[in-house]
Amino acid sequence: MLTATGAPAPPTPRGPVSEVVVDALRGGPVRTVEPGDPYGDDLQLALHCCYELHYRGFAGVPADLEWDPALLTLRRELERAFLAALRAEVPAGDDVDAEVAALLVEPTGPHVRGVSHHLRRAGELWQLREYVTHRSIYHLKEADPQAWVIPRLTGAAKAGLVTVEHDEYGGGRPERMHATLFAEMMRELELDDTYGAYVDRVPGVTLAEVNLMTLCGLHRELRGASVGQFAMVELTSSPGSERLVRGMRRMGLGEAAVRFYDEHVEADAVHEQVVRRGVLAPLLAAEPELAADVVFGIRASLHLGERLGEHLLGSWERGESSLLP
Amino acid sequence: MENTVSDPTRMTLTDEGPALVTGPVEIELPDGRRVRSDRPVTALCLCRRSRRWPICDTSHRTKVRETPKDEADEEDDPC
Repeated sequence: MLTATGAPAPPTPRGPVSEVVVDALRGGPVRTVEPGDPYGDDLQLALHCCYELHYRGFAGVPADLEWDPALLTLRRELERAFLAALRAEVPAGDDVDAEVAALLVEPTGPHVRGVSHHLRRAGELWQLREYVTHRSIYHLKEADPQAWVIPRLTGAAKAGLVTVEHDEYGGGRPERMHATLFAEMMRELELDDTYGAYVDRVPGVTLAEVNLMTLCGLHRELRGASVGQFAMVELTSSPGSERLVRGMRRMGLGEAAVRFYDEHVEADAVHEQVVRRGVLAPLLAAEPELAADVVFGIRASLHLGERLGEHLLGSWERGESSLLP
Repeated sequence: MENTVSDPTRMTLTDEGPALVTGPVEIELPDGRRVRSDRPVTALCLCRRSRRWPICDTSHRTKVRETPKDEADEEDDPC
């Protein structure tokens, strides 16, 4: 259900909090509500809806709801609950070099647990399609959450981050935008590439990963964490993409389907270097006090990534779908 | 009018991995083949381990083999 501007219909609520937000999207009052489980489907869907107002909005929802004070107040409560849970679960640290060095070590062998390892070794096509469905929440707006951080940086770190973002957006060629390549892969896999099409099918654990990106992007206070999250993705994506390419070829998928992850093997090998030398180094030289936030961004995004990975692998091991019915 | 001299191409050699070249670049290989990269920065493989040589694919990274406690090396898997 799309309007001419490409905005999806509001999703179906999953509990009291998302009900309040979806009601508000439809013109209702923003009622007082307890945030509930910070990782739960209800809070994460509510937060997703609040954030989507800053991206493409929803069909039939007035654009100025983006700055509705009551909705922003509720959003702040949800963000605080989510952040408090992350801060409690993610150990603090401020050694960015050690964090980066750890990300650059690749575990190998038949016993490494991970979604890309599984899909390379033995994953089935239906599992790959589910993986791509989960990832579509981010990749159909790839690089957008990190674009919020650009005006919050200065000098070399800003220039370095924009270099990577420019590449994500196709280097000036719309047909090479990573979001466009992802949509093409979805169609090759006979999935719906409509923006927002699968929001109702993915659990809170999937939405949480993307919500963290937006949370860190929209708050200048969290700009260090935004850069950390960005660094985590760029540093780990190349080997993971290579495993997915090999898995997809093993499944007999053609080049048009493989192109998205194939592009990321090379692109993210470069992005790793630019992020380390051109973003992290100048950012920490200029603002050394951001080191703890950078580490938080790295660890929090790893933490949510592991939760999502466990959800996928656990569901598949039980022979179940990882998607909502 | 001032004469303008274009900036030289910058190449950065990294300790552990590829050489970074700015701007679009065309690489001629020993067999005469040419590989073109239009990226703002291209990472050229110097360690020769890349499956996409001459382009870096992060194969230079340190690898640590994960083995479960009781069933080491039951199956070989280089990556």
